[in-house]
Amino acid sequence: MGFAQSYRLRLQRKRWRIRAFRKRRELTRVADRTDRIRKRDILLFSTCRNEKIRLPFFLQYYRDMGVSHFLFVDNDSTDGTRDYLAGQEDVSLWTTAASYKRARFGVDWLTWLQMKHAHGHWTLTVDPDEFFVYPFCDTRPLPALTDWLDASSIKSFSAMLLDMYPKGRIDAQPYLPGQNPMEIAGWFDAGNYVISKNSRYGNLWIQGGPRMRVFFPDTPAKAPALNKIPLVKWHRDYAWVSSTHTLLPRGLNLVYDEWGGEKASGILLHTKFLHTFADKAAEELQRGQHYAASVEYRAYAETLQENPDLWCRWSEKYINWRQLEILGLMSKGNWA
Amino acid sequence: MTVGIVMLVHTALNRAEQVARHWAAAGCPVVIHADTNVPRRVFRAFRKSLEDVERIRFSDRHRCEWGTWGIVAATQAGAEVMLRDFPEVSHVYLASGSCLPLRPVPELTDYLAARPDTDFIESATTADVEWTVGGLDSERFTLRFPFAWKKHRRLFDRYVELQRRVGFKRRMPNGIVPHMGSQWWCLTRGTLSAILADPERPTYDRFFQRVWIPDESYFQTLARIHSRRIESRSLTLSKFDFQGKPHIFYDDHLQLLRRSDCFVARKIWPHAGRLYRAFLTEDPATRKKTEPNPGKIDRIFSRAVELRTRGRPGLYMQSRWPNWGWENGATCAPYAVFQGFSELFEDFEPWLEGQTGMRVHGHLYAPGGVAFSGGQSVVAGAIPDSAAIRDYNPRGFLTNLIWATRGEQQCFQYGPADNQKIAWDLARDGNARIAVISGAWALPLARSRADFAEIRAEAARLQKIEAKFIETLRQTETKARVHIWTLADFVEAPMQALQDAVAELGARSTRRLSEAPTMVDLTGFGQFLQNLKNQGMHPHLMGDFPAGPDPERPPRKAPKPYLVQK
Repeated sequence: MGFAQSYRLRLQRKRWRIRAFRKRRELTRVADRTDRIRKRDILLFSTCRNEKIRLPFFLQYYRDMGVSHFLFVDNDSTDGTRDYLAGQEDVSLWTTAASYKRARFGVDWLTWLQMKHAHGHWTLTVDPDEFFVYPFCDTRPLPALTDWLDASSIKSFSAMLLDMYPKGRIDAQPYLPGQNPMEIAGWFDAGNYVISKNSRYGNLWIQGGPRMRVFFPDTPAKAPALNKIPLVKWHRDYAWVSSTHTLLPRGLNLVYDEWGGEKASGILLHTKFLHTFADKAAEELQRGQHYAASVEYRAYAETLQENPDLWCRWSEKYINWRQLEILGLMSKGNWA
Repeated sequence: MTVGIVMLVHTALNRAEQVARHWAAAGCPVVIHADTNVPRRVFRAFRKSLEDVERIRFSDRHRCEWGTWGIVAATQAGAEVMLRDFPEVSHVYLASGSCLPLRPVPELTDYLAARPDTDFIESATTADVEWTVGGLDSERFTLRFPFAWKKHRRLFDRYVELQRRVGFKRRMPNGIVPHMGSQWWCLTRGTLSAILADPERPTYDRFFQRVWIPDESYFQTLARIHSRRIESRSLTLSKFDFQGKPHIFYDDHLQLLRRSDCFVARKIWPHAGRLYRAFLTEDPATRKKTEPNPGKIDRIFSRAVELRTRGRPGLYMQSRWPNWGWENGATCAPYAVFQGFSELFEDFEPWLEGQTGMRVHGHLYAPGGVAFSGGQSVVAGAIPDSAAIRDYNPRGFLTNLIWATRGEQQCFQYGPADNQKIAWDLARDGNARIAVISGAWALPLARSRADFAEIRAEAARLQKIEAKFIETLRQTETKARVHIWTLADFVEAPMQALQDAVAELGARSTRRLSEAPTMVDLTGFGQFLQNLKNQGMHPHLMGDFPAGPDPERPPRKAPKPYLVQK
């Protein structure tokens, strides 16, 4: 990469950070418990909107994993999400009624909060329907991974989004608060992911899975990106470029090995396809607050009206991380 | 017989305290060296916490930066205190704060008592080791390293480069032969005091102060001078990964560590509570006399390094995206590609499946759709039959299919009408077995009832594409196993050709083919070729197929299957 391009990316990063700084005024503090954050705590950042039903399991899942403090931005929820979160002792909460889209799908808000609170911490940036799985997550807590990453001088950790879905109609089995969503949406596509490399930012662009298979069989280029880098040892100079798919500086995007080896990586189990999905798709379609004029939601809405079953004969039932590692969706790398 | 423990600590002092107490309780004197990086207040509290244990001493503190002399100085200081304060000590064991004894201490003392004159220290000449990282082995001794590797990497590398270019070399004092090995040793009192009391020690110390990572070479080299008997291995189980940092043990390694029968393991994650509980509290009634056997753990860690450096061939995923040419195999398993066979034989696909037990697909890269075997709409890996998705990333489609069907050999039909973007990927893939009957694409055209001008144009197009494909297959960089027949040659001796093509697959059928597929009726094909020629198009890929009207042959009613005569 030439000096000129390197400099352009630097300017771009500064611009995103200035933008995040300006967007700080959109956030209203509801509960600020950031003074309780200790030096070595692992932090979790998330934006959410009307996710109250998912939050009990979500919080428990990440508490058990070893996350010490949660920082949420509530985007104008109407279902009591705000009160629920404000009542949690390990949650700091901000709220905003501003446009999700104009905050670059929430990352401007998160970049600002991370600039302010995450410097020097390992941070997980996930949505309330995403569940992080990493090698040995059944026997080793998250700090074991971050200690190992520190010792290996690794600053960012990749976890591809893996879309989970139920067998049968998406709305056949209602999801209850506190329930493990993988009990309902327990299936995934094992091996239909295609990858290309973004030479500008150096990240891989991964598409595929049930969303490409069912919603975009004729226009695969429109299928959503599945590459994510949710776990980062944050520095106040970092900035998200597009959602949590890409970061700057670009070295953070090099989460893959280019010489034939495998770096360690994880998976984000994406439990979007629960019974709540249909309502959500309808609402989001109306709000038009999602990527590329909500093309994704439009395709979902159309397809789901006819045939709301994502399951196929070759769908794989989720068991554990070892299964995902054998299937080649994630890797232990040299962590043993 | 007493073994003394010299312990170097810098972090996780609570664990170090726990382990030090364990050693002391078993009757081992312990001398602790704490890095000067430990804040004075923390160190004082640590020292105070161990005040009640009579057999624990603290040595002078040095700054232990990785790769520098400080660690050796710390070891010397600790060892001197040990030899001075505890005259009963016959062996000195060097350990770190993150070491954990895996076997009861009496087993270790028994083991050492049975080998009173043996020094356990890994020590090999620089020419014979392959574990060094960064390409510095003998140069560790001959160059100078004034810059810290971790903090000033660039300066470090530049300075090494400069010295290489200038041809700078230091000389070994007194002609010692440099040896290297694991930092963690167990030396006899005799050897250790000989090293520390050597009249030449100032010379050696001065030399090693400028050596890179002296803690892996100082004692290893000097023990060679003073020891009576060296057993070149470490009693501490300590594995290093490809970056030269130690592998870490966690709770889930408990059973592995137990079965390894090693005396001490390094490095333990400080929060691996289960390991500390298990190994520091249990006290089995019987004493084992088994030799340490780290084989299984070694294998696990070397597999991890292998995965990190070589990866799984044929896998493309979020954390493995090899540059062009670095894949270690473009796909993960052998597969076969047949071009022209399903045009020449009516029932080629079911026949091949029956003969070889392979999964035989139709034209996977056909323009209209993906012809999976048995007309399936989705196959293993949930790969859909959408042509748009396939053409969006033709190479990914192939590598995904081969990866998702590991354990079942795949085979598919290909032809000049199909997506050609995959051609070069096929050719350079050592797993591909490609069999081509050139010119066979003309057979369906000959039977087509379309307008002849269109047929002629199509024939010209397909011939051009196939010629290019064959040219690709004949490149020197081609790694696929390729077999090409012209249509004329193939028809001449179809059974032999089929036999060759199937044998190439390396499938289990080494026996002779028992039954042949049905060949399409070739009547009129010669005339078709002549017609093409008459229209000014030259069909050359078929080989010397007799053009013109069919030669007078004994009349045959139906195309009959070829049968092998016994």
